[in-house]
Amino acid sequence: MTRLKTTIALVAAAMLAGAGAANAQAAKINDAQIAHIAYTAGVIDVEAGKLALKKSKTKAVREFAESMVRDHAAVNDKALALVKKLNVKPQDNDTSKALTKQAAAKKAELSKLSGAAFDKAYVANEVAYHKTVNGALEKTLIPSAQNAELKSLLETGLKIFQGHEQHAEHVAASLK
Amino acid sequence: MRAGIFAALCLAFAGTAQAETITITIGKATFMPAAVSARVGDVIVWDNKDIVAHTATARDKAWDVMIPAGKAARIEMKKAGDIEYYCRFHPNMVGKLQVAP
Repeated sequence: MTRLKTTIALVAAAMLAGAGAANAQAAKINDAQIAHIAYTAGVIDVEAGKLALKKSKTKAVREFAESMVRDHAAVNDKALALVKKLNVKPQDNDTSKALTKQAAAKKAELSKLSGAAFDKAYVANEVAYHKTVNGALEKTLIPSAQNAELKSLLETGLKIFQGHEQHAEHVAASLK
Repeated sequence: MRAGIFAALCLAFAGTAQAETITITIGKATFMPAAVSARVGDVIVWDNKDIVAHTATARDKAWDVMIPAGKAARIEMKKAGDIEYYCRFHPNMVGKLQVAP
């Protein structure tokens, strides 16, 4: 549990560091980077959902994971279609890199767990992860987005992901 | 005479209280409008314009309607009362139906 908390704190710190840098130099985060961060965050949660579908036998957890795989894939498909239309090439950056690195560590950690321990750790991480990503969307990515269509997609995404955060909280409560 | 028949027909028509179809649009993970008045026998249609699936799930578990992305789903109101509902996948989406007898 301590390690889980540490990991969550690290991800949060990485996101905040990214967010802080973006706030200090608003012009430094462009739409190509924003698209990459949002897309990367989606891929990470699809992967986590797939892991949960492989490992969990709990109905509420599986339904939640199915919803994550379905929704984040749908939003990412839309994002890919949009960047293609806008002729923007998503650009790798420090925030995306930090997200990917933390996600790999979390995946390794979750992979070692099974049964109720896995369910609890997966759902707790989903709550924390959505909190962090939603915070970054709200405070940094959406305000920094220049293109109106990208901003609109991120806003819709935020509303959907806030729903995921609540859904995850409900599932977490049901596991206790 | 003709006027009398017409009036009678109008009354008969009004008396049957035609069931209505009421459409609630879903966009940006929001039920619009959030509150709707209906009568028993009316049909509620949820038209999902979003790219993700939603549900309209009654808090009292009376019904649970799946609304796939880009599709519409419907349900007939069978009893009167105020019904609060939400989306199971995105519980921050909430709506209310006020169904009169």
